[in-house]
Amino acid sequence: MSDVHPVSNHLKAGEQQDHEHPRHELSYHAKRVYAIRELLLEKGVLTQEDIQRQIDYQEARSPANGARLVARAWVEPDFKARLIADPKAACAEMGIDATSLNEFVVLENTEKVRYLVVCTLCSCYPRPILGRPPDWYKSLNYRSRAVIDPRGVMREFGQGVADDVEVRVHDSTADMRYLVLPQRPAGTEGMSVKELEKLVTRDSMIGIVDALPAVPSL
Amino acid sequence: MSTGIAKFKPGDRIRVRMDDPPGHIRTPYYIRGKVGWVERVYGEFLNPESLGHSGDGLPKKELYLVGFYQNKVWESYGAPSQDRVYVDIFEHWLEPA
Repeated sequence: MSDVHPVSNHLKAGEQQDHEHPRHELSYHAKRVYAIRELLLEKGVLTQEDIQRQIDYQEARSPANGARLVARAWVEPDFKARLIADPKAACAEMGIDATSLNEFVVLENTEKVRYLVVCTLCSCYPRPILGRPPDWYKSLNYRSRAVIDPRGVMREFGQGVADDVEVRVHDSTADMRYLVLPQRPAGTEGMSVKELEKLVTRDSMIGIVDALPAVPSL
Repeated sequence: MSTGIAKFKPGDRIRVRMDDPPGHIRTPYYIRGKVGWVERVYGEFLNPESLGHSGDGLPKKELYLVGFYQNKVWESYGAPSQDRVYVDIFEHWLEPA
């Protein structure tokens, strides 16, 4: 096993290199992961196809799933009620596979209450609904400050919160995964569900900011 | 979701045990010793303190959604006093308050 970067495009022996390429040193943990992967392949525990299929699965899960849930909840009060009462059943209804979530809770923002989700201990996140968490969600800075100073963190993301609005931070420390249902932006009454989905950002479903405002048509 | 064998019910005042045992603990340190209330009873789940050390997670433990006022958790919390933090906590970390 070598320390050559497994994803770099190395020249074959004998080929001439006419300019300097930057050297990328792998971290200790990256080296360890690649070493384990090589061993699993070598011993026939996994195949390259198994690994690629898992990568494709991870990449296919995206915030678009959450946006479909939220936009439909905005336009259909009955669906919103079902989504809050039994989120996994509502996902199944929409063809979204949330079966890998142990439990799933939807937190509805209102005029007077807004939610923010964090995992102070690691990076628990509703991956089937939102895909992979953003790097900032996993940062020590966010994980500590989201509980100590949620209003300050939201302000840094451009989200002011009025003093008479209650901020409720959910620290997802166990088996529950939380999705924020942001408020429907004003002026979106005439928009279709498909158009509304575009306003529902990943960050609005973590609760750090509102959904995007309706863009006035020119 | 509740199994009906939970020791606490919604509205009960609780204190998070002030303890620091070794091992894989899912009760954040900042919330230990703090007083709050049971918001929801989530039901029984495998015990992460066992799972984290290759155990079978059994017996299952009751899990609660527990609410706290932010200004009772952080002395320096400067924002409006109604702000809350909710934490998912297993029953063996809670005592009546």
